[in-house]
Amino acid sequence: MGMRKVAVVGAGMTKFVRRALETPKELSWEAAHMALQSCEMTMDDIDGVCFGTAPDTFDGVHMNGEYCSDGSGGWRKPFMRSYVGGGTGVFVPIQGWYHVASGLFDVVLVVAEEKMSSYYPHAQAAFMTIFDHTTERPLRPNLLWIFAMEMNRYMTTYGLSKEDIAQVSVLHKRNAADHPCALLGDANITLQDVLNSETLAWPVQRYDVSPVSDGAVAIVLAAEHVAKRITDKPVWIEGVGWHLDTSYWTNRDLAYPRYVEYAARMAYDMAGIKEPRKEINIAEPYDPFDYKALHHLEGLQLADRGKACELYSSGTASRTGNMPVCPSGGLLGVGNPIAAAGLMKIAELFWQLRGEAGARQVPGHPLRGLAQAWGDLMQVGTVVIMGR
Amino acid sequence: MHERVAIVGVGCTGYRSVTPEQSYKELVYEAATRAYNDAGVDPRSDIDSFVTVAEDFNEGTSIFDEYTPDQIGGALKSVHTITGDGLHGIATAYMLIRTGQFDIVAVEGHSKASNIKTLPDIIAYAQDPVLNRPLKLNSHFIAGLEMNRYLFETATTPEQCAAVVVKNKYNALKNPLAPFAANLSLDDVLSAPPLSWPLGIHEAAEHADGAIVMVLAAEEQALSLTDKPIWILGAGWCNDSPSLENRDWAHAIYAEEAARMAYRQAGINNPLEAIDIAEVDDTYAYKELQSLEALGFCRDGEAGTLTIEGFTSPDSGLPVNVSGGSLGMGNLLDANGLARAHEIVLQLRGEAGSRQVKDVNIGLAQSWRGVPTTSGAVLILTN
Repeated sequence: MGMRKVAVVGAGMTKFVRRALETPKELSWEAAHMALQSCEMTMDDIDGVCFGTAPDTFDGVHMNGEYCSDGSGGWRKPFMRSYVGGGTGVFVPIQGWYHVASGLFDVVLVVAEEKMSSYYPHAQAAFMTIFDHTTERPLRPNLLWIFAMEMNRYMTTYGLSKEDIAQVSVLHKRNAADHPCALLGDANITLQDVLNSETLAWPVQRYDVSPVSDGAVAIVLAAEHVAKRITDKPVWIEGVGWHLDTSYWTNRDLAYPRYVEYAARMAYDMAGIKEPRKEINIAEPYDPFDYKALHHLEGLQLADRGKACELYSSGTASRTGNMPVCPSGGLLGVGNPIAAAGLMKIAELFWQLRGEAGARQVPGHPLRGLAQAWGDLMQVGTVVIMGR
Repeated sequence: MHERVAIVGVGCTGYRSVTPEQSYKELVYEAATRAYNDAGVDPRSDIDSFVTVAEDFNEGTSIFDEYTPDQIGGALKSVHTITGDGLHGIATAYMLIRTGQFDIVAVEGHSKASNIKTLPDIIAYAQDPVLNRPLKLNSHFIAGLEMNRYLFETATTPEQCAAVVVKNKYNALKNPLAPFAANLSLDDVLSAPPLSWPLGIHEAAEHADGAIVMVLAAEEQALSLTDKPIWILGAGWCNDSPSLENRDWAHAIYAEEAARMAYRQAGINNPLEAIDIAEVDDTYAYKELQSLEALGFCRDGEAGTLTIEGFTSPDSGLPVNVSGGSLGMGNLLDANGLARAHEIVLQLRGEAGSRQVKDVNIGLAQSWRGVPTTSGAVLILTN
C-alpha cells in the first residue's frame, strides 16, 4: 500500500511583534481562527490538534501545552504537543503530517505559538536553563556567545568575511518589508547598516540577530480525499525529515550542521528528490542569525560548504533569482517567536506555491519549496518539502 | 502504509521512591538496554525513529528534548519529544509506523521525581497563571474538590474509594517492581488523616523514580522479531478544558472521548465483554472509579459498588490494576501510562509471574496527566 498523501489546505498568522498584549492562548486562537477561515472550516471539521511551542519557561507555565490546549482548538479533541527546541516550528507540521498519513485522522489543525515577552526583563535569561546543569550552567553561558563561537568557527573554517555574511541580513530584512506581519522589515537597509550595528558578542552584531518576538501561526492539514474537496490548490507535503544529534554539543563540528544534512536526506528520499539544487524552487532555511542561513543552506545540500554566501552575491537567493531564499523575510525580517517562526516558513511556502504571496510572490510559478528549522544545543534539524 | 503495529520489546528499571545512585540518564539507559535486548534490536542500526515523553519543569531543563538522544541510542537519528503521557508516546510511535515510513520505533518515558526539590510547587505551576495561581492552590486540594464532586454526583462513598487503595496496594504485594505494596484494611485507609477532605492520605499515589522503554514494530518486522508480538488494536487520546472553572468535575470526559476513539479503531462496542484486563489511572483512588465509568465498563456510580464486591480484583470479572497501579507502583509523572501498558504487555505475554491473570486476550491501559490537566489516553492491546 502506498503512502497516504497529506496536503496543506489553509494557513493563518498573527503579526509578529515585540510585546503582544494577547495571552498565549489568545495568540494561538487568533492564528488558528485565521487558518480555519482561509479554508472555510470550523473546529467541527477538525479531527485533532497538534501544538508547538518551545520552552515552558517563556510562558512560565508547567505543562504549557495543556494550558494552551483550548486556545489552540484542542478542546474535547485529540491534542498533542511536540517539541524539538528551535526546530519545533518545522517539526509541528511533521507531527500533523504523521497524524494524517497514519490514517487515524483526516483533518488536523497545526498551531505554533511563542510569547517571549512575558519573560522579564529579557527572554535571553530563559535560555540559561537549556544548558547542562552540571557542566555548563555554572559558566553562565549566554546564547549570543555560543552563536558567536559558531559564527567565528564558520568564518574561520571557510575564510569568510563579515561582509559575506551581512548580505544575508540585508536581503532578508528587505524581503520582509513586503510582509504585512513583519517586525523588522526594512526596504532600505544597507550592508553598512548591518556592519555598523552594535557589537553584541564578536563577531555577532545587532543586525546579525533576529529579534525576540511574540506571535502565532496555524495551518490546516488534510488527507487527499478531503483536500480535493476543500480546495483546487492543495499544497502537498512531499517529504519530511528530522534528526537530533547528541547532547554533547561541545564535541561537535561547529562549521557544518551534519544533523541538518541527515534530516534533509531523509526528506529528499521521501520526496524522491535526487538533485535538490535543481528541484527545490524556494528555500526557507532557518535564519535566527544571518550566518545560520548560510550554514543551513550548506547542510541542506543547496550550496557547497563555505559557498552559500555566493548564492547571495550572485543574486540567486533574491526573490527574482534562480532559487529565492527566505522570500518571506525569514526570522531576521519577519521576527523570531521561536516555534511560530518555523511554522511561518511553512505558511510562506503554502502562499508562494499557491501564488498568493502578494508583493512577496516569487515569479515563475514555483513548483516546490523547502522549509527548515534548527534548534536545541546546535543539535536538531527539521525539514519539510512542499510541492504543488 | 503499515496497518498492523505491535509492541515487540519492553524494558523497565522497576520503581523506587529515591534513586540517589543513578542519574535519569542511567535509569533510561538501563530500561532501554532491557527493551532492546527483549526485542532483539540494535538501536543504532535497527530502530528508525525514537519518541520520548517529558516536561521541562519536571526535568529542571528547558527544551529537555536536548538531553534525550544519547541514553536511548538515538544520537544523530530521528528523535523527538512529546509533552504527553507515555501512552501519547506509544500513540505517536503507532502513527509513525502506520505512515509506512518507519518500521521500528522506540518510546521512552521516565520519572526522576526524587530530584525535584519542590515537587508540589512545580505541579501547582501548571495552573492558570492569571486566574488560579494567585489562589495558591495545592494540587491535592484540587483533587479533593474533584473527589468531593464525584462522590456527590455519583453517590459513590468514601469506603468505595478506600477499597481501591486496599485492592491495589494488596495486588502490589505480588509485583516485584512495586515499592508501595501493603496489606491494609478499609479501616486503615478511612481512619488515616485527610490529605484534602474527603481525600485521605493513603488515597494519593506517592511519587517514584523509574524509566520504561518500549519497542514497536510494523507487522512484518514484528513477526520476524518475536513469537509474542502484542498488537495495538486501538489508541485514543483527548483533552477536555484546561480551565478549572468550566470543566465537568464529576466525569472524566477526556477518558470517555479517548476510549471512544480507541474502541472505534478496535471495533469494540461492549468494552466489558471484549476486554479481559485493565490498567487504569489511579494516581488518586477515586480516579480509578471515575475512569472505569468513563471507559464504559459500567454506568456512573457503579464502579464503587463493583470494587467493594470484588469485581475488579484479580481473577474476577474485570481485573483492574493487577500490577498495583500507581498506588502500588508509585506516580511516575509522564511515565505512568507506560507503566500501565507495561503490565498489560506482560499479562498478554503470560509473563506476569505470580500475579498472572488466566486467559487474557485483550487488555486496556489508560492514563491521566494529573492535576490540573484534563488530558488522557487509552491504549488497547491484544496478543
